[in-house]
Amino acid sequence: MKVFLKLALALALVFSFTHADAADMLNGAGASFPYPVYSAWSYDYNKVTGVQLNYQSIGSGGGIKQISARTVAFGASDAPLAPAQLKKDSLLQFPAVIGGVVPVVNVPGVKAGELKLDSDALCRIYLGDIKYWDDGRIKSLNAGLRLPHSEMTVVHRSDGSGTTAIFTTYLSEVCPVWKSKVGAGTSVNWPAGIGGKGNEGVANYTKRTAGSIGYVEFAYAEQNKLAYALLKNSAGNFVKPSFETFEDAAATGNFDPGKDFHLWLVNAPGKKAWPIAGATFILLAKEKTDSNKKVVKFFDWAFNHGDKKAKDLVYVPLPSSLKNKIRAYWKTHGIL
Amino acid sequence: MARTAKKNPVDRFFSVMTAAAAFSVIVLIAGILYVLVSESSLAIGRFGVWRFLSSTDWDPVRQSFGALTNIYGTVLTTVLSLAIAIPLAVGIAIFVTEISPNFLKGPIGAAIELLAAIPSIIYGMWGLFTLSPIMSTYIEPFLKKIFSGVPLIGILFQGTPMGIDILTASVILSIMIIPFTASISRDSFNLTPAVVKESAYAIGATRWEVVKNVVIPYSKLGVFGGVVLSLGRALGETMAVAFVLGNNHRITTSLFDAAATITVTLANEFAEADSDVYLSSLFYLALVLFVLSFITLAVAKFFLLKAERKYSR
Amino acid sequence: MTREQIRKTEGFIALSLSTLAALGGLFWLVFILGDVLVHGIKALHIDLFLNDPAPPGVDGGGLRNAFVGQLLITVCATLIGVPMGVLGGTFLAEYARGRKIARLISILADIMVSVPSIVIGTFIYAVLVKPIGHFNGWAGAVALAIIMIPVVLRTTEDMLSLVPWTLREAAFALGAPYYKVITQVVYRGAATGILTGVLLSIARVAGETAPLLFTSFNNSFYSLDMKQPVASLTVTIFQYAMGPYDNWHAQAWAAAFVITIFILILTITGRLIIKWRYK
Repeated sequence: MKVFLKLALALALVFSFTHADAADMLNGAGASFPYPVYSAWSYDYNKVTGVQLNYQSIGSGGGIKQISARTVAFGASDAPLAPAQLKKDSLLQFPAVIGGVVPVVNVPGVKAGELKLDSDALCRIYLGDIKYWDDGRIKSLNAGLRLPHSEMTVVHRSDGSGTTAIFTTYLSEVCPVWKSKVGAGTSVNWPAGIGGKGNEGVANYTKRTAGSIGYVEFAYAEQNKLAYALLKNSAGNFVKPSFETFEDAAATGNFDPGKDFHLWLVNAPGKKAWPIAGATFILLAKEKTDSNKKVVKFFDWAFNHGDKKAKDLVYVPLPSSLKNKIRAYWKTHGIL
Repeated sequence: MARTAKKNPVDRFFSVMTAAAAFSVIVLIAGILYVLVSESSLAIGRFGVWRFLSSTDWDPVRQSFGALTNIYGTVLTTVLSLAIAIPLAVGIAIFVTEISPNFLKGPIGAAIELLAAIPSIIYGMWGLFTLSPIMSTYIEPFLKKIFSGVPLIGILFQGTPMGIDILTASVILSIMIIPFTASISRDSFNLTPAVVKESAYAIGATRWEVVKNVVIPYSKLGVFGGVVLSLGRALGETMAVAFVLGNNHRITTSLFDAAATITVTLANEFAEADSDVYLSSLFYLALVLFVLSFITLAVAKFFLLKAERKYSR
Repeated sequence: MTREQIRKTEGFIALSLSTLAALGGLFWLVFILGDVLVHGIKALHIDLFLNDPAPPGVDGGGLRNAFVGQLLITVCATLIGVPMGVLGGTFLAEYARGRKIARLISILADIMVSVPSIVIGTFIYAVLVKPIGHFNGWAGAVALAIIMIPVVLRTTEDMLSLVPWTLREAAFALGAPYYKVITQVVYRGAATGILTGVLLSIARVAGETAPLLFTSFNNSFYSLDMKQPVASLTVTIFQYAMGPYDNWHAQAWAAAFVITIFILILTITGRLIIKWRYK
């Protein structure tokens, strides 16, 4: 018993000395999608400046909750908040990095980039209307491609995720039936298919199931060399998912600083724009000027020095025009 | 006992301290129940009790939630894992008590109990990286080939074997609960009086007949208690199944389909829940699980106590 | 076949199946431990203990934060859970011995040992995370402590009950007050047993993940501040194993290896002590 008390006392002493540790610590929390790139930036930033930026991936919903409660220095969300909500919670918002969603397929005899899809076909597939790969609505887009008469297995995410939010927002926007029947959100009530946990789950299911189609994060499709499909964008061109098409989407998307950059980056008008893209956003508490300055300093540094690292991890850096818009936005709010 | 010493003030203080610590168990159980009820009050108000329990909805967009798919997944994986685990566990107990040479009894019993010491996250990770591919490439296609054409049980083996499904989760769960069932069965078997066994041998019974007709009937209360205890354990297991179940909120009949248990839903969605009703519904699920497992465990305890009383008589 | 032969064959088949079941149990143990060992050792590197996590794609990252965090949370949980458990067990076995209330608490504690740990996680989230506003190490420690209390309490109760009553009477006869009898005579008699209970309860909570998911959460930096999120090996394993990167998977195996070895050593030590002392 006495030994125990001594031990307790010793530990209490240790703890009382450790608070100095947290001197230059910035806490952020939110979306899990940008977690690898934020932590990579933070790792490098820490080496340069000594500032510790601890980013916890707790999900977009958590990020919004935490910053609204003012318990973190910044929140992160894959879903942009509407200006009205930002005003209500007195928040600032800007995009930090671009991601997107890529349909991946497993059809015997069809290689990466050979299958073409348009918004209607994709929507009908996920609604469960299109049941076979040689359906007329797919065939008409793919003259010359031999499509088997095999059953189609639709794969979607089973956990809540920003990826799903972007994907379902796209479907809602291009497909009225989807909008009324299912809607958009981080997780939805899927009319068809099987659910896999995380990008890995969806990729695994798709890889293992002949005749399947799934959707995954661009970074994931790229790193695992999955068979992606081409998509028809709003300019009417079939595009393939690449840094180039994502950057074009970001550059032509109408990010408006007046609306705190509130934008779902789906169906961007650019000729080469990939249609299912999305920015991931940072949220700041308006009144916390001091900590905001530190956060902004970090992201400014990342905008200047972090593009290469982001690309290594297969994230799409913001185009420089958008970065400049964001810097101006920071200045108007007095935090740069 | 020792009433004379009670007047001493230090003793008084010490006894109050110990009492407080002991009562913390009651306070904690009541506290958990109270907090879960109050956190889920929003969802209880919105969905009621019966409607929540019987609804298959799990729709975060329309904010309509029901527990049935989760309860279904929980019960299905639990029952399946018990079906796999019980014969194995009882077999192990028979081996350790009746067959094994004496010098092996200790080591084998201890080895089986080590299975219970491995943390559940290790089971989950091993399940994802090692067991799941084995299931999807060898075992599940094999089962499908044999059973999918058979009427009635055929529906259990439809669809594409993925390895991330009810069957894999149940297999992992079964490995986890084998040690509980086995060690309680073993202890119960060991309580069979030697005299009774010897008299059975004396009238010419074989070793298996002694097990079947003397040991098992004599210890069935204890074994049953052990099974129910394992059931309670399996209901609440999270990490071992979180990796391999796939979190799919639908009622499916095939064992090759992904499903969701209450625990897996909590682990996957608790931190992501972005609206108050959503979070409250998750607390509601936790409440359902708490009540469910508390009742199961209480029943198990009841049988084990009854068994204990029977043997000590 | 004669009746005799049928009986013999039936017995042979049944007993062979039992033997197979035992081999099956051993097979799983060897399979799982072997797998963790093989993958774990491959990924084990001194950097793992010395460095903090590097982002995906950067070599040389480690899990120092998680090792230290795990230790911190477990030690704090022990500091809360063990005294509560020992004192509670003392009440049941000494002051309330034989009373109805002791019996009730003892049964409730037995039930609580098996209450789903994720439920305790949600409970602590509501009590210690939501009001404070952010995940913190104390919440994780308290969640683990709640799991420890009933385990330690029940072992203490059992161990104290094993100490012969005559020993206490001898001390009373010398005029010692009850608390002195307990702390200086009874505890001494039951020390090894209680220690074993403590070891086993630490082994039990050191591998817990579910109660930490929504409480202590995770921290990618090395931190000793229990008021902030604290990394733990188990949550890190969950995150890394589910993640897409190969070197995350390797580190998850290494962490799994370390934590498994740690828990097995504790468990085996505990069991050896019981065997050596009580058989």
